Amino acid sequence: MNVTLILIILLIGAIATWLSGDKAAPKVALLGGLASFVATLMLVIDAQNGNDITFLVEWINKPVVYFALEGDGLTLVMLLLTTALTPLIILSGFGSGFSNARSLYALVLFMAFAMSGTFMAADGLLYYIFWELSLIPIYFIALLWGNGDPEERKKAVVKFFIYTFGGSLFMLTAFAYLYHKAGNFMITDLSRLNLTDQEQFWIFLAFFLAYAIKIPLIPFHTWQAAVYQKAPTVGTMLLSGIMLKMGLYSVIRWQIQIAPTAAQQHGKWLIAIGIAGVLYGSILALRQKDLKRLMAYSSLAHVGLIAAACYTLTVDGLNGAVLQMVAHGFVVVGLFFAAEIIYRRYQTDEIVAMGGIRPLTPKFTSMFLILVLASVALPSTFNFVGEFMVLYSLAQVDLVFAIVGGLTVILGAFYMLRMFQNVMLGETNSKPFADVSFQEGLVMVIIIGVLLFFGFYPKPILNLLTPSITEILTRINRFG
Amino acid sequence: MNILLAVIGLGILCLLLEIASVRKAIVPLSIAGLLGVLVMVAEQFGRVESHYNDMIVSNPFSVGFSGLFVVLTLFIIILSGEFYKDKTSKISDFISIKIFLLAGSIAMVMFGNLAMFFIGIEVLSIALYVLAASDRLSLRSNEAGMKYFLMGSFASGIILFGICLIYGATGSFNVAEIHELSRSGLIPEWFSIGLVMLLVGMLFKVAAAPFHFWAPDVYEGSPTMVTATMSTLSKVVAIAALYKLVNELNADISVAMQMIIAIVAGASMTVGNVMALKQDNVKRMLAFSGISHAGYMLMILLTTETTGAILLYYTAAYALAGIAAFAVILHVTRNGENESVSLFRGLGKSNPLMALILTASFISMAGIPVFAGFFAKFMLFTATIEGGYLAVVLIAVINSIISVGYYFKLVLAMYTQEGGERRSVPVSYMVVALAAILLNVAIGLFPSLVVDLLN
Repeated sequence: MNVTLILIILLIGAIATWLSGDKAAPKVALLGGLASFVATLMLVIDAQNGNDITFLVEWINKPVVYFALEGDGLTLVMLLLTTALTPLIILSGFGSGFSNARSLYALVLFMAFAMSGTFMAADGLLYYIFWELSLIPIYFIALLWGNGDPEERKKAVVKFFIYTFGGSLFMLTAFAYLYHKAGNFMITDLSRLNLTDQEQFWIFLAFFLAYAIKIPLIPFHTWQAAVYQKAPTVGTMLLSGIMLKMGLYSVIRWQIQIAPTAAQQHGKWLIAIGIAGVLYGSILALRQKDLKRLMAYSSLAHVGLIAAACYTLTVDGLNGAVLQMVAHGFVVVGLFFAAEIIYRRYQTDEIVAMGGIRPLTPKFTSMFLILVLASVALPSTFNFVGEFMVLYSLAQVDLVFAIVGGLTVILGAFYMLRMFQNVMLGETNSKPFADVSFQEGLVMVIIIGVLLFFGFYPKPILNLLTPSITEILTRINRFG
Repeated sequence: MNILLAVIGLGILCLLLEIASVRKAIVPLSIAGLLGVLVMVAEQFGRVESHYNDMIVSNPFSVGFSGLFVVLTLFIIILSGEFYKDKTSKISDFISIKIFLLAGSIAMVMFGNLAMFFIGIEVLSIALYVLAASDRLSLRSNEAGMKYFLMGSFASGIILFGICLIYGATGSFNVAEIHELSRSGLIPEWFSIGLVMLLVGMLFKVAAAPFHFWAPDVYEGSPTMVTATMSTLSKVVAIAALYKLVNELNADISVAMQMIIAIVAGASMTVGNVMALKQDNVKRMLAFSGISHAGYMLMILLTTETTGAILLYYTAAYALAGIAAFAVILHVTRNGENESVSLFRGLGKSNPLMALILTASFISMAGIPVFAGFFAKFMLFTATIEGGYLAVVLIAVINSIISVGYYFKLVLAMYTQEGGERRSVPVSYMVVALAAILLNVAIGLFPSLVVDLLN
């Protein structure tokens, strides 16, 4: 058995969803998502038993391109994140009553397919193809099923597309250059190249453009808030939960491996950019009046911290970054879903229009509160583990980074709790608030369960992850 | 050789059928005939032959491109059958001219002698002049034909002048002999001048900046079917011929010449893309898009190795996407007075399949995986970087980003705006659009299918 299984399941799932009617589509899609999750679990067990789950076959002979798929710990963790979130995201859409549902859910599965491919690819061109392929479904999801004024939405989505496409093209140029040097695109060969410092710098920069836009890091983040706000919640979850992790993952898998010297030389600047994003995102989040925009800026702050950790080039930093990616993925999906639950009842994202929901629905209130607390990294949640490791690794590089980064926890607690207060507490709201439905409750409970379980016991993920991270770092440090 | 004769024979047969007044048989018969030609092309593969004192040389390069031209003409003829449905009295003219155009195209890649090359380019150009003005009651079409004729004959004159200078310098029209002489280094200066004049004339034909001014007007004014022919077939022919000329006449293409080409390529991309952003007429927009693609394709002249395979791949990807796009455009603009973007409103709802095909072909042209356009651009970029022209690649990359802006303008109109009633799609448009885009995806998934032909 090898990793292609997941790709096949997701692709067949997408086609089957599209062929089924609008009524059956959500269920078919859910089934496809669950099947891919089960397959991922089986692959993890398989890999733990020492079986080879990679896949390699020659695809194009000139230029030399392999259909090569990786299956190390890092990939498996990202795949687990993708395939666990996909069914949750599909389930979360059940109550929304989308028109033309079969196309939407087919696109969601197709996007999961492309993103899984990105996490697996061991060949640069294959990786690039999956990377770009994931852009097309999210473009249509955000464009066609989004909310708000169509003209503004169009602008936001097109801006997002052009930004990300533009960034990626610089990465493609870097790959073309690397191919010219190495004769193929395999990461194993690319990371073994002896590039001069100057070459590394430019390649590092080209990759950085692609990733900084995707993650996003300041000052390339301007597409983010508008798209998160205008996209349907399903799309926002895909974007914030999984897609931006593609950028962070790629930093670890491609950027710092191919240009290690540049990463060592210029890492500090990038940590600084990441930390600056933390402050910037937090400060903007303080001022938001729109619930989804607030969450978007809070997400910007969190990924800034993760990106900073990636560039520390330490085992703790990378481990913490990956843990935090997973934790953030779950939390952000949960938070956006909470916003969606409120939106379904009140038809608004304005925080002012909310308030006083707690007495109407104690169940939802407690679930939302746990998510908010997880998001501010309260001990015993998964996010605490990740955030702690990240801050620890930053302290190893420079204490200032850790102190400034640690501020986020405080600032984060401030704006998240104030948001919670404004949205949920206060005088009882005059509008009725229907209690959460079974599906809504299920999604929330699963997310909370994951966050708490790994908060107490992150060892399984760390065990899976550490060998591959150590291997990557050994490769990077061979010069130093 | 047989291929060229067969094509000319087919063209004459179309004219004869008119006399026999069996007009209905013309389109089916030419389709069958072209399929037959395609079989001959396949048989010809791998053989290197020359005929009539090296007038015609068939090698993998020329046969490969001839195959592409035949496929494109096949699609164009199928589309024409529907397009000229209400002008059946003239159908033999329209079809036979297109087949003669194909004959000119094949001559332009199979030539072994500059005289043959010139005959080819004239057959092609005159066919296009006539086609551009073929809607004889329309003022726009007449204007387009006139403009194209005036400008085009000028370019032909310059090409002829160039050929004369080359003859004066080398004493030969034979490409192989000129090639040998050009390597010896004992060659008068006007050989280079002649080469530059050839280049200028051909740059006009491919509509590269700064020789592109005719393209938007002519594309807009010509009947849409003719625009489709110009932007796919004749563009591809011109660039293939230019590649063959530059490569075969002058083996060690000089640095100065490469610099000229690099500048022209960069300028074409930029001018084409920036101007396309502002267009509201789809045909005009595609004219500028074609100018920018001419710029991309010119990059192939900057590469060092024999890169004909990459050019074949790029042209196939571009032309197939173009044919698919034009099949949809022909359908949408059928009864319209103009070809403005607003006509495409609501196509995503009223005709999802056609909208999907148009989107796919634009995605291919913009160079997004997994369509052939992506691999085409990628191979081109890789080859150019190996040639040492990283700066041109960066310009091309920036231009690719700009191009998304206008390609997606149409996509946005189709999916986010309301309007447009549902109309049934003629079968032939549907078949061509689907076949072209599927071929595009097929060579996108398996680029070796095309690239290996010339290796």
